[in-house]
Amino acid sequence: MNVPTTSTLREGLAVIGRGIKGQPRWFSLAVLGSIVYGVMTSLTAAAIGYVVDRAVTPAIAARHVTSGQLWFIGGVMSAVVLTMTVGVIGRRLAGGVAMFNLGAMYRRRVTRQYLRLPLSWHHRHPSGQLLSNANADVEATWNIFAPLPMALGVIVMLVFGIVQMVVVDPWLAVVGLTVFPMLFLANVAFQRAMSPRVTHAQQLRADVSEVAHESFEAALIVKSLGREDHEAERFRAVTHELRDANIEVGRTRGRFDPAIEAIPTIGTLAVLFVGTLRVRSGQLSAAEVVQIAYLFSILAFPVRALGWVLAELPRAVVGWNRVSAVLDATGSMAFGERALPAGAASHLQAERLAYAYEIETEDGGADLNPAVVDVTLDVAPGSTVALVGPTGSGKSTLTNLMMRLVDPDTGAVLLDEVDLREVRRGGISDVAALVAQQTFMFDDSVRGNITLGAQHDDQSVWRALHVAQGAGFVEKLSDGLDTHVGERGASLSGGQRQRIALARAVIRQPKLLILDDATSAVDPSVEQAILGRLREASSGTTVLVVAYRMATILLADEVVYLEGGRVVDHGSHEQLLDRCVGYERLVTAYAREAAEREAIAADEEFDDELDEVSR
Amino acid sequence: MSMHAAALVEHHGVATGKDMTTWQTLRRGVELSPELRKGIWVTVALAVLSTLGRVLVPFVVQRITDDGILAASGPDTGVVAVYIGVALVGVVVTALSAYFVNVRLFRSSESGLATLRLKAFRHIHDLAMLTQNTERRGSLVSRVTSDVDTISMFVQFGGLMLMINLAQITLATVLMFVYSPLLGLVVWLCFVPLFVIIRKFQGIVGRAYTRVRERVGDMLGAISEAVVGAQAIRAYGVEDRTAERIDAAVEAHRKAAIGAQARSVIAFTSGQLVSGLTTAVVLVVGTVLAARGSLTLGELLAFLFLVNLFTMPVQQATEILNEMQNAVAGWRRVIGIIDTPADVSDPGESGVTLPRGPITVQFTGVGFAYPAGPPVLHDIDLTIAPRSRIAIVGETGSGKSTLAKLLTRLMDPSSGRVLLDGVDLRTVRFSSLRSRVVLVPQEGFLFDGTLLDNIRFGRPQASEDDVRLTLTELGLDAWAATLPLGLATDVGQRGESLSAGERQLVALARAYLADPDLLVLDEATSAVDPSTEVRLQRALDSLTRGRTSIAIAHRLSTAQAADEVIVVDAGRVVERGHHTELVRRGGVYSRLHESWVAQQQAV
Repeated sequence: MNVPTTSTLREGLAVIGRGIKGQPRWFSLAVLGSIVYGVMTSLTAAAIGYVVDRAVTPAIAARHVTSGQLWFIGGVMSAVVLTMTVGVIGRRLAGGVAMFNLGAMYRRRVTRQYLRLPLSWHHRHPSGQLLSNANADVEATWNIFAPLPMALGVIVMLVFGIVQMVVVDPWLAVVGLTVFPMLFLANVAFQRAMSPRVTHAQQLRADVSEVAHESFEAALIVKSLGREDHEAERFRAVTHELRDANIEVGRTRGRFDPAIEAIPTIGTLAVLFVGTLRVRSGQLSAAEVVQIAYLFSILAFPVRALGWVLAELPRAVVGWNRVSAVLDATGSMAFGERALPAGAASHLQAERLAYAYEIETEDGGADLNPAVVDVTLDVAPGSTVALVGPTGSGKSTLTNLMMRLVDPDTGAVLLDEVDLREVRRGGISDVAALVAQQTFMFDDSVRGNITLGAQHDDQSVWRALHVAQGAGFVEKLSDGLDTHVGERGASLSGGQRQRIALARAVIRQPKLLILDDATSAVDPSVEQAILGRLREASSGTTVLVVAYRMATILLADEVVYLEGGRVVDHGSHEQLLDRCVGYERLVTAYAREAAEREAIAADEEFDDELDEVSR
Repeated sequence: MSMHAAALVEHHGVATGKDMTTWQTLRRGVELSPELRKGIWVTVALAVLSTLGRVLVPFVVQRITDDGILAASGPDTGVVAVYIGVALVGVVVTALSAYFVNVRLFRSSESGLATLRLKAFRHIHDLAMLTQNTERRGSLVSRVTSDVDTISMFVQFGGLMLMINLAQITLATVLMFVYSPLLGLVVWLCFVPLFVIIRKFQGIVGRAYTRVRERVGDMLGAISEAVVGAQAIRAYGVEDRTAERIDAAVEAHRKAAIGAQARSVIAFTSGQLVSGLTTAVVLVVGTVLAARGSLTLGELLAFLFLVNLFTMPVQQATEILNEMQNAVAGWRRVIGIIDTPADVSDPGESGVTLPRGPITVQFTGVGFAYPAGPPVLHDIDLTIAPRSRIAIVGETGSGKSTLAKLLTRLMDPSSGRVLLDGVDLRTVRFSSLRSRVVLVPQEGFLFDGTLLDNIRFGRPQASEDDVRLTLTELGLDAWAATLPLGLATDVGQRGESLSAGERQLVALARAYLADPDLLVLDEATSAVDPSTEVRLQRALDSLTRGRTSIAIAHRLSTAQAADEVIVVDAGRVVERGHHTELVRRGGVYSRLHESWVAQQQAV
């Protein structure tokens, strides 16, 4: 976790360089403003001296003040102040714009990666972490641009100051040349001491966010199992770790801050001491000593801006490392050039597909958990094939492979004789639609969730809803199609979400429709109606349906039975019933159960009658 | 809880705290984090000491110049050395006290904020389910993370600096009036417009920062879709559209942030501008006075130094007040959530603890309507006998899930009462209620951890053997053995390494291990294959002998196995009785059953 501190400075400068490259104009403007501010600040003393010399002293001597003299005093001072104010506005405003532009720019880049990287990458990264990469880490990276322009202005100020000293007296310049580097070294030491501590705190901040994220996602479970105390304890542990880390950061800052602040003051005193000696030996005037001492005291405060930048550096570097881990992530899906033929229903083939999930072992290593093993399928155009298999037999993984949400480890999926990997980006979703087991709703209107931004008139939206048996409930919603469904469709029930998801697929009139247990949350009668409508509406569609229920299976021309990721058998429903024991047991489970119960009930009745008779 | 709480809540949602004034927010904030106040006066004393040290040095510098270098008899090294010695003492005292101030402030502020985080976190879990659902999850997370972080900057330095600045302003004012009442008055007159501007900008800057915090929430929501909806986005090829939506949210945030920055820059520079102009005005007026002989040049220059002593803290205070508005915006959001009443709350100590054992459930005249919605349950009267196995069936939207949520007190009825062993649910302690009644929802969330830890989430003290026994009893041991590392298998983010059906198996095992007296299954096996479901059902049957179980299902296999079926239609209980009896009766249930049978028919 500890980033080697020696490299932090270098890495930090690289981050700054990247930022400047991203926003050169606004950044230059901010630095320009800062330089104006810096020059004007060190000119303030000179300006006061100038008006006192030219107007105040003569007026006092003459015991009379002319309005010209007053205008002169007010004019010179106001000019300096106004110029300085313009500088400050330029520095702060342009600096802020540069900072927020960079933030927006990198948030766009990071989220583009989220959209570009394959699903398997998403599975490896906690969602809480990804959110914090796009938000807190981007912010931490570019926050340094708040004090940076000021610090660069300060460097100009220091150079300006040293030149003034050299001009006045070489000995005083020696004092300045000792103190300023000392200041710089103290700041570097400060930054080195801070770096590992800040890194640690930043990591803990991400941990706190992750725990909170997971815990709030699980809110219903926590509530229904009464585990609030347990969760609070889990959160307390990370929160207290963060607190201690932050206090440690504060202690370090507490050690360095006062020392860094004291250095310019000590410099002022040194100037006065050396100056006194020089005045005594007649090589310097008292006014010159005062001028340089004043310069030191004016520079003392802005110089701390250098410290702020150095203090921000470790945070920026840590933030950048976390952001760049996303930006540099590879393994994105490569797309081909080919388009899938338009027109009739798709011909779907799978050739010796295999896919295994990576699983983390106890010792932190990786293991493979095969989910699909050597699966070969051929779904004729326009036909309906049912995928049947026990829980965890690889059905959902197979549907993901068919949509190229993941690529197989070996084997290939062909759609109309074209390998999915050769299809251009977006080519598959143009012809195929998947209704997943767990539906995802966008924080959008019902209409937006169905059309997903494509051009469909309301009439076709309603038609799709009719097929999905969702028109009834949508009509009753307060704003009909314009009703906002809330985050992840929170305002809808599971069955309602499933029907909107179905409508989303239907409206696209796909040539291949894949339904992954897509009606699990609706009533049997509604399901029947959906399947009936779907059959009418999908004459030009090849359908692959993951199903448990007989009614669904019966719609299929062919059934494929899976177990442990392998195709155990395929054929018509009747054929499988006859020859495949696993299949028979699975699909007749309810009927057998009902029959057994009836038999037991009959037995009990018989026993009761016997009892009565025997009495 | 704060008295404003009720007024703060909009509809049924979370309070935004928007109506709280800055002062109310600060007071309530300190109240919630008592550590902020602890030992504050020692810190203030140390801070005053370090400020005195800081003010001392320029004084000494002036004296060195006047008495030392410019001494009538030529530069006096002795005097200079003495003064430098005094100044060095000042420097050391300043540094030491500044160190202690820093350390003390960090300790108290971080402890206080940790307490605030914990309070907010706990309260979010205590909020009623309906209230939780009115907020985005990301927005809830920000209440315990970034919103608190915006406060930390202010409480670490700002609050204290503000006090010190006020002290320094007062001191400088007194000194100015002692030196020259007229010039003192001039300085104050110059600053009047600034005070007006600061006051006005407080509100403007505050609102701007509140907008920024809101835009952050929207932005997180939009970004989370790209993360959580990764599968749907790819399946439908809507990457571009999602990107556009994210860009819009990012852009709105950027604009809001720059807007807030611009407003705070105006507020800050007006301070700097007024300070500078004041120096000019003092020079002009001072020259007039000096020309009349009522002031010497030395006195005028010394007064300029006092003006500086006055304007510096004013400028700093302006800056801190801006920053404070940012902190207050974050603080309001955190306080808002903490002060949102937990509608469905734990009666706590005064509540009833029910003894363990068979449980009776009663609904008397229960009605329910979602906030601002039509009633979904009417006048439910029900008694469920102990040790019985009940199935609740009905069409989608009939209100059967609502019944389950009332039963487990995730919600309270709008009218009527739900009784457990004759005791109103609202008076039962949560510790007792949650150990006796457990709900298994359709989508049982799994934590990123091992299968073992997920199953014992409901009863952490359970041993590995207990967990194995549970799996065996439920007939799930063979399934668990197929996982690559058995119980040690990591289930991944939200359990995504498992299929939806497998997640339901884990959720069921988890609830079963928790060993409640009443188990409520709300479509808990909807994604499980029929033969596993039947097996589970049988296992539960034989094992629920001692307990009451209520299953809500649209697969009627569950209903067939139940002792009694309760049929809900349009928010009313329309039928109840045994499966065979209800089928014969030819009512709602028999129609449901017909369509169910039709689905199974072909066998």
